[in-house]
Amino acid sequence: MNESQAPKSSFRERFLRPLVVPVLAILTSLIVVAIIIIITAENPLIGLEKVGTGYWGIIDGALLSPRGLVNTLVATAPLILTGIAVAIPFHAGLFNIGAEGQFMIGALLGTVVGIYIDLPPVIHIIVTILAGITGGVIWGLIPGVLRAWLGSHEVINTIMLNFIAIALTNMIIRNYIKDPNPSTVQSLPLLETAQLARIPFPGVASSRLHLGFFIAVLVAIAAWYFLYKTTWGFSLRTTGLNPDAAKYAGIRPKWQYVLSFMIAGGIAGLAGIMEVQGLPRVLPVGFNAGYGFTAIAVSLLALNNPLAVIPAALIFGLLTVGGDYLQIRAGLSVHIVSIFRALILLFVAAPEIVRYIYRIKVKPEEAEGVPIPRTRWGS
Amino acid sequence: MSDTPVLEARGLTKRFPGVLANDQVNLTLMKGEVHALLGENGAGKTTLMNMIYGFYHPTEGEILVNGQPARMESPNEAIAKGIGMVHQHFMLIPVMSVTENIMLGLGETRGFEVKIPEALRRVLRVVLALIFLLFIFVFFQAKVYWAALLILAALVLGSLVLLPLLRRMDRINVAKRVRELSESYNLAIDPDDIIKDLSVGIQQRVEIIKALYRNADILILDEPTAVLTPQETEEFFVTIRNLQDQGTSIIFISHKLKEVLAIADRITVLRDGRNVGTVLPEEATEASLAEMMVGRTVILQVDKSKAHPGDVVLEVKDLRVEDERGQIAVDGLSLEVRAGEILGIAGVQGNGQRELVEGLTGLRPIVSGEVRIDNKESTHLLPRKISEIGVAHIPEDREKHGLVMGYSVADNLVLNRYYQAPYARGPVLDHNQIASNGQALVEKFDVRTPSVETLAGNLSGGNKQKVIVAREFSRPVKLLIANQPTRGIDVGSIEFIHNQIVDQRDSGSAVLLVSAELDEILSLADRVAVMFEGRIVKTLPIEEATRERVGLLMAGVDA
Amino acid sequence: MDVIALLFTAGTLQLAVATATPIALGAFGGLFSERSGVVNIAIEGMMLTAAMSASFVSAYTGSLYLGILAALISGALMAALHALLSIRFNMDQIISGTVINFLAAGLTGHLYQTYLVPPQWPGSVGTFQTISIPLLSDIPYIGQIFFQQGPIVLTMLALAFIIHYVIFKTPWGLRTRAVGEHPEAADTVGINVYLMRYTNVIIGGTLAGLAGAWLTLEWIDNFTINMTTGRGFIALAALIFGSWTPFGALGAALLFGLANAMQIRLQISFPEVPAELFQMLPYVLTIIIAALARPVPPAAVGQPYEKE
Repeated sequence: MNESQAPKSSFRERFLRPLVVPVLAILTSLIVVAIIIIITAENPLIGLEKVGTGYWGIIDGALLSPRGLVNTLVATAPLILTGIAVAIPFHAGLFNIGAEGQFMIGALLGTVVGIYIDLPPVIHIIVTILAGITGGVIWGLIPGVLRAWLGSHEVINTIMLNFIAIALTNMIIRNYIKDPNPSTVQSLPLLETAQLARIPFPGVASSRLHLGFFIAVLVAIAAWYFLYKTTWGFSLRTTGLNPDAAKYAGIRPKWQYVLSFMIAGGIAGLAGIMEVQGLPRVLPVGFNAGYGFTAIAVSLLALNNPLAVIPAALIFGLLTVGGDYLQIRAGLSVHIVSIFRALILLFVAAPEIVRYIYRIKVKPEEAEGVPIPRTRWGS
Repeated sequence: MSDTPVLEARGLTKRFPGVLANDQVNLTLMKGEVHALLGENGAGKTTLMNMIYGFYHPTEGEILVNGQPARMESPNEAIAKGIGMVHQHFMLIPVMSVTENIMLGLGETRGFEVKIPEALRRVLRVVLALIFLLFIFVFFQAKVYWAALLILAALVLGSLVLLPLLRRMDRINVAKRVRELSESYNLAIDPDDIIKDLSVGIQQRVEIIKALYRNADILILDEPTAVLTPQETEEFFVTIRNLQDQGTSIIFISHKLKEVLAIADRITVLRDGRNVGTVLPEEATEASLAEMMVGRTVILQVDKSKAHPGDVVLEVKDLRVEDERGQIAVDGLSLEVRAGEILGIAGVQGNGQRELVEGLTGLRPIVSGEVRIDNKESTHLLPRKISEIGVAHIPEDREKHGLVMGYSVADNLVLNRYYQAPYARGPVLDHNQIASNGQALVEKFDVRTPSVETLAGNLSGGNKQKVIVAREFSRPVKLLIANQPTRGIDVGSIEFIHNQIVDQRDSGSAVLLVSAELDEILSLADRVAVMFEGRIVKTLPIEEATRERVGLLMAGVDA
Repeated sequence: MDVIALLFTAGTLQLAVATATPIALGAFGGLFSERSGVVNIAIEGMMLTAAMSASFVSAYTGSLYLGILAALISGALMAALHALLSIRFNMDQIISGTVINFLAAGLTGHLYQTYLVPPQWPGSVGTFQTISIPLLSDIPYIGQIFFQQGPIVLTMLALAFIIHYVIFKTPWGLRTRAVGEHPEAADTVGINVYLMRYTNVIIGGTLAGLAGAWLTLEWIDNFTINMTTGRGFIALAALIFGSWTPFGALGAALLFGLANAMQIRLQISFPEVPAELFQMLPYVLTIIIAALARPVPPAAVGQPYEKE
């Protein structure tokens, strides 16, 4: 890059400017949620107090206490991965609402391998993870292929596939891999050899932190390198920005659609199986924790940049864990977290609202927000 | 003829963010007159008309209809004042019938009728507003039953206001009137046809009938001949005369000098959003109009030497290609282009030119036939392979096919080579090489851009086209396929690109030039092939290609 | 009893029509929205909000009718937000729909825990009773299936005809369709594209609201967290399946309702057949139909209309 020619593309322009909308979006969401809490409280004063103790509870409980921090990191890992699983198809011009389903099927297939195939320790972990990735890839391939060759819309298909994944997983757990112990409806436990190692954390007696978090960070870096530094990523992004020009440049958009959904599915599947390997080590009915949906907000908050997905996921991880502290400390419902998720998504996806509230002026050519593909039904 | 103009624009100005599209434009239209509005692409003709039609709101200035100031808040007011507009891109809904398109927006209904006088309707609106206020009041008083009652009342009264829109549409009588209109103006259409099944010529008639149905006596026609053959244009001129005889006043927008001279009673020229002047056709020539349009003397002829054709580079035999709807668009076409010559493909848009170009460049599957490039079979090759043989392609739609607007100029300049050394080592991109290549090409091709990191979307039309040309010419070219290479760009860039094309020819490339602008073909090509309904009707050496002869061939008449 | 005979008893089919109701109403809601050019994946959220409001208001006022009113209004409000985001603020319509769904999940959950659990909860007022339409309900077999139903189900059946009339036979419908096919063309004949879209999205919201009311006022008598369980998305599926027509959507909804009713019957008689197979059915069918039959959506759906 020629610095003398473009003095404006400084640190401020490149790194601070893009932060304005996400930061203001979070801030505005905090304010709006506070207003909702105050309105629904017995009286405004109690409401205000609840906001104070609740918000402080999130910071204090989920970030400043060692146990809380561990839980936050544990919740962040699947959000990083599913966030990337949304971000990569976005770059190819596709909307993946199906990270949830890919996550489930990854967990399911990995669990089956983790229970029934007997292998030596490290190999078993790897094979189980690969099985999880495969499950996700299969579930990602379906909407990818349908979009590429039959032109049916990925949004509809991924929504449908999420429900199919949930029903399918529940059916298989209940009928084929159920733990015979009648008090719970969950799968048999994974064999010891397939479980992910837990990592001790200073100040926490039995740390729940497992390798998943570090794998997730590595995947984020790899995804960033793939998207911005390789010809493959270039082809994928070209397709997303202008599929016609991509065709003209010799790229085959159909393959890019399939590829992006395969990668997304694989990464979401990885998230799914690591959630089983690292934490409960069994697959319960109703395993879907909504990571795949929160991932949409994560990805957009990160402006679809895989590296920025890490801090964005951390924020949502914090909120997820913090929800419990909202309840314990301030007597507020955990559902407040869902409202947060909705509002942050709202303000990031419509930066015009944020700019309107804070009277930020931009030149029309810079008014582009997140590069969201315009989605439409049908072919 | 009375002295009051039926339509007058006084000092109309329209500012878009960053652009002054119209600056103090004046225009008068007399009763029964055909008034041509002439200007280059981007001169502000369409903006002016959209203001008169109430589609845009003027920043300054006023519009008078029959001497009365008129505020056009929306097309509704314009329509009510008898103004009709036929847009360049037809405003018809493809899946609906002719009747439905014509009655759209009008309240033509039948069956039971509840007459609600306008005064009562106004009262109703006030009452509705009051109910709303009252509702907010009782809502916060938590008087739920009252709130419920108010909502019910609002629903009943609201549906009274809406009632006219919920009565049954009167398709039968509308269709009857459409038939009458089509007979009286000699514009044959069938009201029951679905728009998407009709040819563009017929669709244009539907648009005119649509305006006449609304009792338009002022008709704005935006580039109406762009989609017509010279012969269809003649027929269309008869229709215009016909309308004129029945008292319709017409604004005829065009950038084609010959047509304007042939049809107009007066000609107003716009340049860069400003009035240049109004002249009578008897006092104007093509050259004088062109000079008014462009602002300087224009050499309409491209300066080029005689061609020295070499070996055959592109050979096409019996090519068949389908369009989006799966219908054969290129139907058994054969042609050949030699090194060092320009073959111009003339023809009215939509006769298979796009499909031909996309078939040749691998963007569209070929149904049957054979394509040989540089004496090698290349019928079913992928676009990338064809490009690697040395085929450069300037696409018809630069924004859609040529550029990625969200990429920098530098990235756009390697779109056809980014995967090769030196821009990539294995799968890893080398951003420094991409930037320095961009810098070199920007300088060589005089692309006006703040930096190579600037997004392509921020460049002007002419500079966008230069980026495409720079990229395509940055590696050895055996065959250049240029489709509408100068559509919609300024005259300076047109000259630049024409010269680049001729230079390519002189350096030994074969050039296939497709253009709907007959003048462009006639001034650039060494041979002219005329395309009609997916075939080449005839190929003429440039010396024999007169405007009249090519025009007849474009209509499929082999003369 | 023979399985097939059991599945096609009037009782099973009556249940099928009832369970098809929220799906059909949701699809009708989506129809108004999408016919005017606004993608609506927020049916689920509108339905959920409405179910909660219906339960809340009917319990606190003791009136089922006020419950319905609350459902309609809250559905309309969520739709108004969707319209505002996607029309005024040009947000991608699918993201806007996702926002509504998240918001509905959060708000209803929060309000439920704040107001709808003991000790605050005043207790439910029950549900609407089944109505037998005189004469029509006496028709053998058919009568019980279609004409012995709750008031919302009967309204839904009537609405199919009304909506067909409005969309295809009136100037309002013509304008709505025009705005969804080619908004610029509609604008040139003086139709206010924004007004049409706002109005239609909000009408859609009230219909989704009625679907929500069915859940808490006609089906069961109290609200539970996330009680729509994907019905809004099945409604979307029914809309696509039915090619954006009211009768098509009704047909698809009845098919899905039948699958649902069969699942309920089979679970009782044959607990060994996995219930999930029937749960999956609507989703699988929709994917297949969308891929193979390729219903054609309104041309401008999903595209914001920007003037000037």
